[in-house]
Amino acid sequence: MDDLYREYILEHYRQPHNKGDLEHPDRFAAYANPLCGDRIQMGVRLEGDCVVEVRFNGSGCAISQASASMLTDRMCEATLEELAAITKDDIFEMLGVSISPARQRCALLAWEVLRKGILGQPEEDDDEAS
Amino acid sequence: MLDQTNRARSIEALAPRADFPILARPIHDRPLIYLDSTATSQKPATVLDAMDSYYRQTNANVHRGAYTLSEEASEQYEQARRHIARFIHAHSWREIIFTRNTTEGINLLAWTWGLSQLKARDTILLTEMEHHSNLVPWQILAQRTGAQLAFVPVREDGRLDLDAYRQLLETHMPKLVAFSLMSNVLGTIPPARLMVELAHAAGATVFCDGAQSVAHLPTDVRDLDCDALAFSGHKMLGPTGIGVLYGKRALLEALPPFMGGGDMIGEVQLHTFTPNALPWKFEAGTPAIAEVIGLAAALSYLEHLEMARVAAHETALVDYMLARLSAIPGLRIIGPTDAVDRGAVVSFTLAELHPHDLATLLDRDGIAIRAGHHCAQPLMERFAVPATARASAYVYTNAAEIDALGVAIERARRLFL
Ligand SMILES: Cc1ncc(COP(=O)(O)O)c(C=O)c1O
Repeated sequence: MDDLYREYILEHYRQPHNKGDLEHPDRFAAYANPLCGDRIQMGVRLEGDCVVEVRFNGSGCAISQASASMLTDRMCEATLEELAAITKDDIFEMLGVSISPARQRCALLAWEVLRKGILGQPEEDDDEAS
Repeated sequence: MLDQTNRARSIEALAPRADFPILARPIHDRPLIYLDSTATSQKPATVLDAMDSYYRQTNANVHRGAYTLSEEASEQYEQARRHIARFIHAHSWREIIFTRNTTEGINLLAWTWGLSQLKARDTILLTEMEHHSNLVPWQILAQRTGAQLAFVPVREDGRLDLDAYRQLLETHMPKLVAFSLMSNVLGTIPPARLMVELAHAAGATVFCDGAQSVAHLPTDVRDLDCDALAFSGHKMLGPTGIGVLYGKRALLEALPPFMGGGDMIGEVQLHTFTPNALPWKFEAGTPAIAEVIGLAAALSYLEHLEMARVAAHETALVDYMLARLSAIPGLRIIGPTDAVDRGAVVSFTLAELHPHDLATLLDRDGIAIRAGHHCAQPLMERFAVPATARASAYVYTNAAEIDALGVAIERARRLFL
């Protein structure tokens, strides 16, 4: 069997968690990866600074959709502060499979929606030489 | 039917596979099955050796020194130009300008011909199936000049709508018609000769994008009668970093220079210069000498195979690919579904399965296919797909590889769907 497409990844892809639309989200954002056409939109409902409900919708490859499913699981009942602390490496760890450079943007799309769209964090500086 | 299948199965590679060192490389412990020649081709040893021996034996700058090495390098460089002129049946080697690739050739035309010839409200007529390379330079030109773009529609079957083309010519009287001689997504080979003739009759200058066609079909620019044609060495068994812009001599003579620098000048004073003669007027700075020599070796290789046989081989292969792939449930072919006037490149979707997942899975079987929008986003939109998978064949491809592709796609289908 293939490393990347472990059964739990395929499960999340075939039966994504938290998929759908929120009627009146407090925050909403949508991003697409123009290179491959992956699209993710995400809405959250907040009580104070705690997420009480989250839904995502979108289409794309198994990696981007499974990543959105797993990330939104993690967002439920988390505080905004906790969400802001999630790093790129946390996402790779959450997926638990090795992601080749060509597929990293797929894996990170949902996280980008969360980070830049929902939390309004600035663009990451990735121009170090290393 | 069975007969036909057996015949198809026996399609051998046209070129000896041993000529291509990379084909011996295993990928994930499987033999490499390279089905992405539309993006770039693999290189025969003769091309690699020509470049290697240039660096080991001959390396010197061209058109510079009166010493043996420079004279030899200049001689090989200019012989390659003549070789290319013969390969595409140009009238003269002066019509052959070296560029980095197709893209640079198109930009050269847009910035020289385009800026000097186009005015506000002039029309540039393109088609809906152009590579970004034959779209964005014209968009930039349109922004600069106030010219407008119009597009020949692509029909549902992946062919150009020629009735619409005739009408667009009539209503817009375009200054420029620019289209690809073979689509890198659909495989469509439009009736180029007729299209050039109609465009000329409407008073347009015609540019043809030969990035795919020159690698896969015989090319005769005199018969085609296009005013300019661009192509890339790397898609036709040659190295990266070298391309060609062909232009009719009268057209090229009338153009202002493009980039300034060494080689492109006749005489230079502090405040002025006179441009060099064709073709050097458009070749500023030290050119890609080794790559030019590598490209000439690629032409020799293709001539040895014969371009007419290359085209026939690919027609047979695409006929087989279309039959094999369309037998897979849920697989939708984007582009013509018959092998007539069609290159050996097949784009497809497989139900809900994303092309990236398919490409990643196939890679584990050693099979290299392309997934994405193939630098043709408007065409993706035209067919309402975010992306497609794409398999393409060349002289080293055989039917057994197509069978392996079919089996791997079927396995992916079972895993995901
Ligand atoms: C039809 C077509 N036009 C233009 C190009 C651009 O070629 P290059 O990237 O070598 O400039 C390509 C390459 O994919 C192509 O297929």
